[in-house]
Amino acid sequence: MNAPINLLLIPLLPLAGFLLNGILGGRLPKWLVTTIALLAPLASFGVVLSAAANLQSLPLVETCPFPWISVGALHIDFSFVLDQLSLVMLLVVTGVGFLIHVYSVGYMAHEEGYSRYFCYLNLFLFFMTVLVLAGNALLMFVGWEGVGLASYLLIGFYFKKDSAVNAGKKAFIVNRIGDLGFLIGIFFLLANFGTLTFSEIAAKISANPAWQGGVLTTIALCLLLGATGKSAQLPLYIWLPDAMEGPTPVSALIHAATMVTAGVYMIARTHVLFDHAPFALGVVAIVGAATALFAATIGLVQTDIKRVLAYSTISQLGYMFLGCGVAAYSASIFHLVTHAFFKALLFLAAGSVIHGMGGEQDLRKMGGLRRKLPVTFWTMTAAVFAIAGFFPFAGFFSKDAILYAAFLQGPGGRALWFVGLVTALLTSIYMFRLWYLAFFGESRSPEIHPHESPWSMLGPLVILALLSIGGGWIGIERFAAFLAPSTGPRIAESTAPHLELYLSIAAVAVALVGWLIADQFYRRKLTEQEPLALASPGAYKLLVNKYYVDEIYGAAIVTPVMAFSRYVLGWVVDVGILGGLAWLLGGAAMFSGTLLQRWQSGNLRSYAAWLAAGAAVVLLFLTAPTLLGAAGVNLHFFGMGR
Amino acid sequence: MNPLLNEVPIAWYLLLSATLFCLGVIGFLIKRNLITVFMSIELMLNAVNLSFVTFAHEWHAVKGQIFVFFVMMVAAAEAAVGLAIIIAIFRARATLAVDRIDLMKL
Repeated sequence: MNAPINLLLIPLLPLAGFLLNGILGGRLPKWLVTTIALLAPLASFGVVLSAAANLQSLPLVETCPFPWISVGALHIDFSFVLDQLSLVMLLVVTGVGFLIHVYSVGYMAHEEGYSRYFCYLNLFLFFMTVLVLAGNALLMFVGWEGVGLASYLLIGFYFKKDSAVNAGKKAFIVNRIGDLGFLIGIFFLLANFGTLTFSEIAAKISANPAWQGGVLTTIALCLLLGATGKSAQLPLYIWLPDAMEGPTPVSALIHAATMVTAGVYMIARTHVLFDHAPFALGVVAIVGAATALFAATIGLVQTDIKRVLAYSTISQLGYMFLGCGVAAYSASIFHLVTHAFFKALLFLAAGSVIHGMGGEQDLRKMGGLRRKLPVTFWTMTAAVFAIAGFFPFAGFFSKDAILYAAFLQGPGGRALWFVGLVTALLTSIYMFRLWYLAFFGESRSPEIHPHESPWSMLGPLVILALLSIGGGWIGIERFAAFLAPSTGPRIAESTAPHLELYLSIAAVAVALVGWLIADQFYRRKLTEQEPLALASPGAYKLLVNKYYVDEIYGAAIVTPVMAFSRYVLGWVVDVGILGGLAWLLGGAAMFSGTLLQRWQSGNLRSYAAWLAAGAAVVLLFLTAPTLLGAAGVNLHFFGMGR
Repeated sequence: MNPLLNEVPIAWYLLLSATLFCLGVIGFLIKRNLITVFMSIELMLNAVNLSFVTFAHEWHAVKGQIFVFFVMMVAAAEAAVGLAIIIAIFRARATLAVDRIDLMKL
């Protein structure tokens, strides 16, 4: 078993795909581009599977292909770690990633920049696998920044569209804020532990069980800031809805299934640190619960099919943070996995709808697609039931595990549980609203004739639908037991005997209520106006405008920064100081030029005269010491004697 | 080897060389006709050649004499090219007065 080579292959294969398609893509025939782009993640997935088959004999594979930074006492290796946690994550990233690559072949078939698209997609997989495999915080940061870059490139894929370019920039800049937090966290880690390797940090903390709070809380909060940026949590969630400007498979892969879960993964990876910082852990839970509820309410009134899903993603990520915050890391990762299945499916099905509708994304113009797009409809139905949390779909098991873990955490935990339950209700409402608006009733755009997508798109849909249905059957107990070496044992002690069962029944009942509400409002009577707009115009206006958060950020941060840049940096510093200096230097050169220019008379004899004069001076200089020395004059005063 | 040569002190050769060189410089500076200027340059070259030969003889080093051959070769080439240029200038401007050939300025 040659583990080190195996591990390196996982990121290197997509990198090879990126380089091949990036350098030669424009000149290769399309089928070859497709083959390269699909083989890279498939081969990577194969390597992950073979590693999974060998994991029992190798509980923790830590490989160090080569040292990276070695300065004084600081040693950072380019080390990869394959444990249960990264294995699960890798299976999702490469597996779902491969399915989305296949889907993209059909979806992007007629788009410009086909090879560019796949080249970016492979680049993303490279950085994502580096992020997941990283054995120390700095290498993880490399992957972290890299997926941000790939995300930026793919959001702005349609670079001729202003909105897409702006959305890309917004995602990048907002992520910078979070990344700064992560970076400061890394510096704190380095200052306090002298190492960035996760296992060594965990060992140092575990060696001293009494060590609580203090600097650990600071580090954990810094890391949390990084996580909120990448995983689109309050207050840095604003980039994710705009990121929907990218092609739909990108939204599925990067902005739903994999990249945005990196924050959750990072918290799970550094969970020992969070375990010893109860305050930070509480903040994680509150941020998660607040985000879940907040985003779900906005999702209720969105009319763009992809934006509904975007807010739903933010909301589900909130659940994962909630899970992390109550130290139920395995439940969180479980939800991450099932969410990757059903949310990728939702996005891909939405992509299939958009594809069939000829680019139309407005839910108000859809309707009646059930008969036109049967495969899309049935797969989407599986995903909707999964996210709403119906038994026995995948979402039920994972969401239930998180809510149960929250409920066990005393009175504060019960409040969080209640918020989660309300969010589940809202989730169910907006998902069934989308379902009804898109697939039921009569078509509201008779001029569009929808067509079912090709099988390259429907195949991944069917596979993901099966995973969305059955992905949760493994059960949280077995999943948590598998993850235990990485994330610690599951906290599941309960005083009441059937508590878990009751909570499950409550969750399903809530989902059912949500379905009935959506059924009541969006299936029976489809009016021009939203029912909520009629019932409570004020609340509706607030939600449609997304709580005016973008506007508030614009007024509080963007405008002052822009004004400072334009007036202080632009006018005073740039035009005044820098420009003035440039003018000064240029003016001095010009002035001396006009003086020296007179020398260049063009008269041959004047040149010759200067030449002769110069030669005479040199001659004098060379011979003067000898001549004067002969005359007995001491020349030390002039500094040129012997 | 002519014994008479050894009778003349080296300074005389060098003095002659320096005089010729100065004449060349003065001619170069004050003459207006391009051909005369050109001849002045040749005079300077030959003055230098003379001192080369003198020192070569004085120090019994053959390098100086070889150098003179090079100088003469270059001077010949220079004369060929220079005269061609002078003819071209004369054809174009109908004058060889250096003061009036002053296009190389701002």
